[in-house]
Order: sequence, then structure tokens, then C-alpha cells
Amino acid sequence: MSTANIAKRKSRSLRQARRLTAYAFLLPNILGFVTLTLIPIVAAFGLSFLDWDFANPAKFVGLRNFMRLARDSGFKISLKNTIYYSAVSVPLTIVFALFLAALLNQRVRGIKFFRTIYFFPEISSIIAVAVVWNMLYHPTMGPINSFLRSIGIDNPPGWTASVKWAMPAVILMSVWKQVGYYTVIFLAGLQGIPEQLYEAATIDGANSWQKFRYITLPMLSPTTFLVSILLVINSFKVFDQIVIMTDGGPGRATNVLVYYIYYQAFLLFRFGYASAIATVLFALVLIVTIVQFRMEKKWVHYTMM
Amino acid sequence: MSTHNMTVRGALPSEPKAIRIKDLIKRALVYALLVLGAAAFIMPFLWMLSSSLKPGYEVFSYPIDWIPKNIRWKNYVEIWQKIDFLTYYKNTIWLTLVVTFNSLVTSSLAAYAFAKIPFPERNTMFLVYIMTMAVPFQVIMIPQFILMKNLGLSDSLWALVVLQSFSPFGVFLLRQFFMTIPDELCECARIDGLSEFGIYSRIILPLAKPALSTLAIFQFKFVWNDFLGPLIYLTSDKNKTIQLGIRKFYTQYGVEYGLIMAASVCALIPVILVYAAFQKYFIQGIATTGLKG
Repeated sequence: MSTANIAKRKSRSLRQARRLTAYAFLLPNILGFVTLTLIPIVAAFGLSFLDWDFANPAKFVGLRNFMRLARDSGFKISLKNTIYYSAVSVPLTIVFALFLAALLNQRVRGIKFFRTIYFFPEISSIIAVAVVWNMLYHPTMGPINSFLRSIGIDNPPGWTASVKWAMPAVILMSVWKQVGYYTVIFLAGLQGIPEQLYEAATIDGANSWQKFRYITLPMLSPTTFLVSILLVINSFKVFDQIVIMTDGGPGRATNVLVYYIYYQAFLLFRFGYASAIATVLFALVLIVTIVQFRMEKKWVHYTMM
Repeated sequence: MSTHNMTVRGALPSEPKAIRIKDLIKRALVYALLVLGAAAFIMPFLWMLSSSLKPGYEVFSYPIDWIPKNIRWKNYVEIWQKIDFLTYYKNTIWLTLVVTFNSLVTSSLAAYAFAKIPFPERNTMFLVYIMTMAVPFQVIMIPQFILMKNLGLSDSLWALVVLQSFSPFGVFLLRQFFMTIPDELCECARIDGLSEFGIYSRIILPLAKPALSTLAIFQFKFVWNDFLGPLIYLTSDKNKTIQLGIRKFYTQYGVEYGLIMAASVCALIPVILVYAAFQKYFIQGIATTGLKG
């Protein structure tokens, strides 16, 4: 055997050994990943073609679950409410987060203290926070309405007790809760914009608004893109605060998709039907994300700095 | 946008006074907005804290008594008596510690393979990991539940341990950090005869402390505050977590506002302490990954 052959074989066995080592390192995580994430993704899709309640054997029903969805007014309302929540909470959060990030980016004394405060709701338990907000929202005794009455608004909104105001109440609280998180992302984006750009603009006589409009916004657009992707996905998952604040009500005013999935699966034990709704949720998240990526070219600027 | 600095730097020497006044006004405006914002974020918490020390009927008095007239410490005693809050607390601590520890171990091992051991399927596998991060938990919670039920793990804290110990997010976060550690370091150690596990445990892990801390804090916060997971899996009282406890308080003792607020304060304290101690890692983690666990 020539030395070249030995070397070749040696390197091949070394590669095999490396591969084995790699898999040994990956094993614990992959085991969990495959059984608890990958297989369930496929299974969720498969389950949506079944009629299954645990008590009786599963029955294959083809597309019947999806056909039923099309006639289910509860599903249609939950879809509409989810879109309502998403369409209002996402832009609101972006605007506030951007504004707060710009504010926190100022070099004034004590800014660290303010950053800590602004991040407070983000780390807090949403359950505890939702309970507090519900009391603040109390239609007759709550501090919010007491304040509104004291400034002369005689008929303040009924908030979570009113069909019309329940969703805005949930949205307001949710924006308050999550805005700190996205502020941090925007802040990192702002700090990545080179100072020279602003200096050059100042020399050219640009005012603050022009600098914001023609430097900050375009330079920040990759961050805005990331934030909007994350926000939209998260908005489709809204659930915890709904359970605490309104339990989907009053009536069905705040019944959202995940709430409806939970209701069908874990309260009525309709696993097949609930999986069909989950499949719709997944498709929705996927489609909206793809559309966002398609539109990326039109408004996101990537510059080489 | 440090417009303030710019004005100073761009100022012409002939008009320092006007600039200084403009600068002062700007600074005052910034502070006013900062304080207004801080008030909006902190007031609900202060209200919660002050209400937790009041008897139920005084909670809604208006104008708000930020400092209660008769401080009622008893609320903080009664919450442990009225419902089994202590059990919930113990369960939550146990769950949080076990899940956080497990995910640090499994994620760092996998991240080491993805970052430091070249093998043919590496990139494809990592891509699959990243792609599944975007799949909402709510989409796969039903198959997971059926699986757990078949494993005999429904109504058990172990169900949540099993579900949450293998976070793809953790693998992603740590892998990104491990990539920044120079490969030469590992090569040298290999030549010196250190095993792969030796390199992982004695070189990479000590260097990756910031990333490990970030992941630990993210997991701690996530597990401690998690609601949907416990809601689905933990049905009997002896297994419940704090978040379920607050909900129970809220639905059973709906009008004992002071107690509900005291329970909420107790649920917040551990996370706030962790946040206060490791704030840096929180912020860095979000700023660099932009993702939640």
C-alpha cells in the first residue's frame, strides 16, 4: 500500500470520526428537536384531516374540517379579530418603539435609568400585568375612568366590559407591554447609523425632520423590517392577555385564533378540528411573512458602510 | 439621532448664546418626554404595589392614595393561606431551574457541533433548526399534547421539562456566539491532545459566559412567565405554577383586589431581581438576535 493511500484512508477515517463526534454532541438536542418539533409540525397537518376526540377512535374525514371552518361563524369572527388586533397593534408598536428609541438615544444624564424603566413591562409576567390593567380598566371604579370623569368625560368607555372597546383595551395594554422589547432592537439599529451622515447633513443645512426622514428612516429600514416580521408573527399568537382580561368576550368581541384553537382542542377535545384551525394559523403566518419578504425590496435599503 | 451633540459641534462661534438657549430647550423637552414615558411605564406597577397593601375596598379610591392610609401587610400573609401559593411557588422555581439548566446543556452541546466540528450535513441541519424557529408553538401544541398524554406525562411538571429543554432558539443563539471564537484556539488544543469534549468544556464554555448568561436569563424569564404551557398541562392543584395561581386567585377571589395585587407582586419579584442583576445580558441578547425564546 502506498503512503498516499494510507494518508487518504487516514483522512477518511478521521472525517468519519469527526462526524461521529459531531453527532454525539448533537444527540441530546436533536432527539428532543425531532420528536417535539419536527414530527409535531408534520402531525399537526395530518391531524387536521381527522375527526378525533380521544374517547372515540380517530376517523379520517378528508377536507371536511376545512369545509366546516368555512361555515363556522366562531372561526370567522376569531380570524377577523386576529386581523383587527394585528392591523392595529403592529403599526402602533412600531411607531411608539421608534419614537422611544430615538428618545433613549439622546445623550443626556440618567438615560440608563430611563432605559431600565422602559423595559420593565417587557420582563414582567403578562398574567400579573393583565390582571392589573383589568383593574385599571374597571368601567365604574377603575382609575382610568375616574381620571377621565375628573377631566369632564361623563361617559368614559366601558373598556373590557364593552363589545366596542374590549379589543382597543387589549391592544393598548399589549402595546404598552411589548413596546420596550422592540425599542431595544430599534436602539441597536439607531446606534449603528454612522455619525458622519448626520454631520454632513448638518453642514448641508438639513433640519431635524429632514435628517430623520432622509437619513434615519432609510438607514433604519432593515431594522424596521426585522421588527415588523417579528411583530406580525407575534400578533397572530396573542392569547394570554385575552384569557385574563376578557376570556374572548364580551360576546365574541376578543375571540382570536389561538383562543379558538385552545377552546376547540382543550375544552371541547376536538383535536382534528382544532388542528385544522392551527393549520390555517400556520398558513396565515407563512403567507404574511412571505408577502413581507416580497415587499422588502420596495422599502428596505441595505447599504454597505 | 444625537441631534443635541450635532448642534453643539456644528455651532458657529459667532452665535453661541442663541445655540445654547436652543440646546437648553431641546434638553428640557427630551427630559420632559423621558419622564412622561417613564411615568406611563411605571405607574401601573406602582399602583399594583400600593394596592397590594390596601384592604380590598380602598383599592379604587380616587384620587389615588399612592401611600395607603392603613398599610395592610396582612395581604402578604393571606395569599399563602387562601390558596396553596407556596406549592405554586416551589413548582415554578423547580421548573424554571431544571428547564434553564437542561437547555443550557443541550443547546451548548449542539451549538458546539454546529460551530466547531465540520461535518457534511452541518449547514442543512442548521438551516432546518432556524426554519422551525418561526413555527408558532400554538401550531404544534396539539400533537405535542397527544404525544405527552401517550407518554403518561399529562398533568405533570415533567411534561413541560421535556417540552422546553431543547430550545432551537438556544442552539441558534449559542452557535452564533461560538462562531466568534477563533477556530485556531480549538486547533491548538486538538494538537495538544485535548478531546473534543475537553475543548468544549474547558475552552469554549468559559469563553462563552456572556452568551450562556443571555440564554439562561431568556429561559428563566420565559419559563417563569409562561402561561399557555402550564395551562394546557397542569390540571391538578399540586402541580400548578404561579401564573396559574394568579389566574385562580383572580377567578375565585375576584373582589379581593388587595390580595390579587399582593400575589402579582410576589410573582414579579424574582424576575425583576434577575433582571436587575443581569440587565446587560438581556439588552445585548435582544439587540444581537432580535428574537425571543
